[in-house]
Amino acid sequence: MSLTGTAVALLQVVLTIAAAPFLVGVMRLIRARLEGRVGPPIVQPWRDLRKLLGKDRMVSDNTGWVFSIAPLVLLASATLVAGIVPFLSTKSALDQVGDLFAVVYLLLLGTVFLSLAGLDAGTAFGGMGSSRAMTITAIAEPTVLVAIFALSVSTGSSNLGSIVAATLAHPATAASPESLLAFAALAVVTIAETGRIPVDNPNTHLELTMIHEAMVLEYSGPDLALIELAAHLRLVVFLGLLSNLFVPWGIATTAQPLQLLGAAVAVAVKIVVLAAVIAIVEVFMAKVRLFRVPELLAASFVLAFLAVTASFFLA
Amino acid sequence: MVGVALGIAAIAATLAMAAGCVLPERARVVWVGILTAASATAGGVAGIAVLAGSARFTANYPDLLPLGGIRIEFDALSAIFTVAAALVAVPASIYGIGYGLHGPSSRPVQVAYPLLVWSLMMVPAAGNVTGLVVLWELMAISSLILVLAEHQHNPEARTAAQWYAVVTHLSLLAIVVALLILAHGAGGESFAAMRSGAGRLGPGVTSVVFLLALLGFGAKAGVVPVHVWLPRAHPEAPSHVSALMSGAMVKLGIYGVVRVGWDLLGGGPGWWGAVVLIVGLASAMFGILHALLASDLKRLLAYSTTENVGLIFIGIGAAGLFASTGNRPLAAVALAAALLHVINHAAFKGLLFLGAGSIHSATGTRDLDSLGGLARRMPVTAATFAVGALAIAALPPLNGFVSEWLLLQSLVHSLPSKAVAVAVAMPVAVAVVALVGGLVAATFVKAFGTAFLAMPRSVEAEQAHESPRTMQIGLVALAGMCVALALAPTVLAEPLRRATVAVAGLSSGRPIHTNGVYLQLSGIQAGLSPLLLATGLGVMMVVALAVVRRRRVHHTVRDIPAWGCGRTLQTARMEYTATSFAEPLQRVFDDVLHPEIDVDVDHRTESRHYIEAIRYRRQTRDAFEQRLYLPLLGVVRRAGDAARRVQNGSIHRYLTFSLITLIVVLIAAR
Repeated sequence: MSLTGTAVALLQVVLTIAAAPFLVGVMRLIRARLEGRVGPPIVQPWRDLRKLLGKDRMVSDNTGWVFSIAPLVLLASATLVAGIVPFLSTKSALDQVGDLFAVVYLLLLGTVFLSLAGLDAGTAFGGMGSSRAMTITAIAEPTVLVAIFALSVSTGSSNLGSIVAATLAHPATAASPESLLAFAALAVVTIAETGRIPVDNPNTHLELTMIHEAMVLEYSGPDLALIELAAHLRLVVFLGLLSNLFVPWGIATTAQPLQLLGAAVAVAVKIVVLAAVIAIVEVFMAKVRLFRVPELLAASFVLAFLAVTASFFLA
Repeated sequence: MVGVALGIAAIAATLAMAAGCVLPERARVVWVGILTAASATAGGVAGIAVLAGSARFTANYPDLLPLGGIRIEFDALSAIFTVAAALVAVPASIYGIGYGLHGPSSRPVQVAYPLLVWSLMMVPAAGNVTGLVVLWELMAISSLILVLAEHQHNPEARTAAQWYAVVTHLSLLAIVVALLILAHGAGGESFAAMRSGAGRLGPGVTSVVFLLALLGFGAKAGVVPVHVWLPRAHPEAPSHVSALMSGAMVKLGIYGVVRVGWDLLGGGPGWWGAVVLIVGLASAMFGILHALLASDLKRLLAYSTTENVGLIFIGIGAAGLFASTGNRPLAAVALAAALLHVINHAAFKGLLFLGAGSIHSATGTRDLDSLGGLARRMPVTAATFAVGALAIAALPPLNGFVSEWLLLQSLVHSLPSKAVAVAVAMPVAVAVVALVGGLVAATFVKAFGTAFLAMPRSVEAEQAHESPRTMQIGLVALAGMCVALALAPTVLAEPLRRATVAVAGLSSGRPIHTNGVYLQLSGIQAGLSPLLLATGLGVMMVVALAVVRRRRVHHTVRDIPAWGCGRTLQTARMEYTATSFAEPLQRVFDDVLHPEIDVDVDHRTESRHYIEAIRYRRQTRDAFEQRLYLPLLGVVRRAGDAARRVQNGSIHRYLTFSLITLIVVLIAAR
């Protein structure tokens, strides 16, 4: 665990935390403009967080320690992942600490704690949100792991740094069938896991359709700020994973400041482009019924499975 | 050293049985607990000594029994399973003191318990067929007695024991036949003789031996389709016995498959591995789907045992498959993953069963739908159960994650491979492991969330109290084991190497490397450091907490009622229950599970438009029981009925039968 590696990991964490609310601001702005509204300024999510952090902590009297630590675990798991995923450089110190599987299970840890917190208040909405969130996560899991399988077959490793380095060394693999199929599969999962349309609507508070918002209904003030920040962060992490695993160009292979700066700009552009695509698609799409979501995820699983078989039969 | 420890274990177990026999009720429970814990500690020390590098221990007692006497061969593979048994048995025995003082304290139970613990530790140490069969049977009978412990006020225990007795003895039959064929062909009944002589058997005979052993040991391991006894028997036993049965006893089935298939027979064709893999995949899926829908907590845990044994079988099957394609190093990694999961599962499943026992003794129910709010009333049980639930859901940084990670690594790095079987099987295996992983998380969010969080759903749950101190010690000890195994799996790298080397048909070099904090695999470019992951999570949580604390101006926490959408009354009846939590997933897997759902609507007598009450019942029947076992039992019953026509009780008829037999015998013997 080298010193520069640790510095890179810390830099990634700080930058992603700083940038995550802005990304959400950009997405909201794009949606607003396309819908013919003026829309809030892109610093609005940061302002919301600051406002929430200044408020009193209000805690439902049914709840216990699970409710209190869930926001912390959720945010901690997301920040740790932000340190592991190669956003800026393949030389992050955390690269050997955890691989793609560890990333997936760390994100699952956050989901599990949030679901438990949803049950803790004892309201019908919390339970509803938890039950639905766990359903979607459970069904999305095979897609994620099989897609990772497809990625690690061609590079011989499930370590993020190795996958990125291998794609940089052999640019043609980025356009190979298994890579494209795995990208499509992971894109669907990203939508599902970050709670975007058509799986969940981040703006809704309509009782019967919400998933994420139903789980966090009991949270307010600083706790809600942590959860919101973690949700923003997870969005950045998922989009960053998608962009740098499949289109890694621009990422630094050393820890030199100038390269890192270039890498930061490159990854920011990639993430914003992906986010813009999601925001634009969301404007033209409606949320699907909850029980159609498994079909969507099953389709993404088929894509991931094809990716693995392609890597074998087309090799 | 090893011999002395094993001797102490035997003496302590004997003393415990004597104590169970002669002492009065209260003293009996206390002394049986202490002496059994001592016995298990000694057994564990013996196992650890072998794993830490002592020479394997062999002893021969030719006069102890007729036929072959008893041989002890205690190598590193045996030691893994003995340590797993001791790991559960020590806390379970201490827990049993508090549990027995308010529950099963009768003489048969208190005598059978030390016997079960001792035989669990000694079955892997057996070094010949006679020894294995005798110890195996001691284990089966003592556990059968313990399943019947509460039969007086629990009729379910009786049917469970019937199923268990029948399956366990049929499985013994399969095991004995397999081992006798092998011993006969190899020209000796000691394991050493069988190992060296197994080559003399033809490939057909070897495969028959393997399949019989898989059937027999698989039944004890609780894999599909011979699992039917497990979800019945495990929940009905007292909870510390359930912990032993699920944490340690099923593992001996796994031990048997590895020992016979890949050690004594020295491995076989690729389809052996494929069969074990398929059985594992089926068990994992089947087990978790039933666990997901179960609302009886102990039944849920029992089904989850089938699922975990499935995962271990996946590792063993994959190892067999890789070895047959010549990829020995990867086979060793898969086997190491399976063996590590044996130990991890012993820790967290033991913990969860003890937790379920605490809930049961505090509330008198195992039904999740009538629990709730126990986190405030039973804080120690809640915290330890949470550790177990997170561990079994394979979430970092707990121990379940480490073995699941190893398993996934071994499966993922099988490609690129020349073998089409591997290329087809591995994506399916990864998909199943992933889906199972997701469903386990959902299942244990359901179990923990509905049992411990929110408002109590019954008066019993509302009046629950934390369990006695000895039970808490057992829980905390196992939770500590889960954490220790999670943070320092690197310590197990060398023991796992020794254990994999002991399996002749799979061994190769060193599967897991470690440089202090990182786990690294041979031939695989992947690393993991559970310790640093845990540290990272901890640091991030502290930083987040510090930021929140600093920003908060008023430092006040206001207790408010939960948001009821304008209603002021919030009752427990409005909460999600375990049944409703699993409903979306039940719909998704409707075509597989075919749950039976009854909705009864009572109308008021005055008008059909007003409803008095609605009752909703959901039951998931075991498809194997319905389609395979009940028809089979029907055939047996019809055969019995047919035989009754011959046996009508008339003395004249029996005399005629005797005469006919006599004549036939005379003609035949002439």
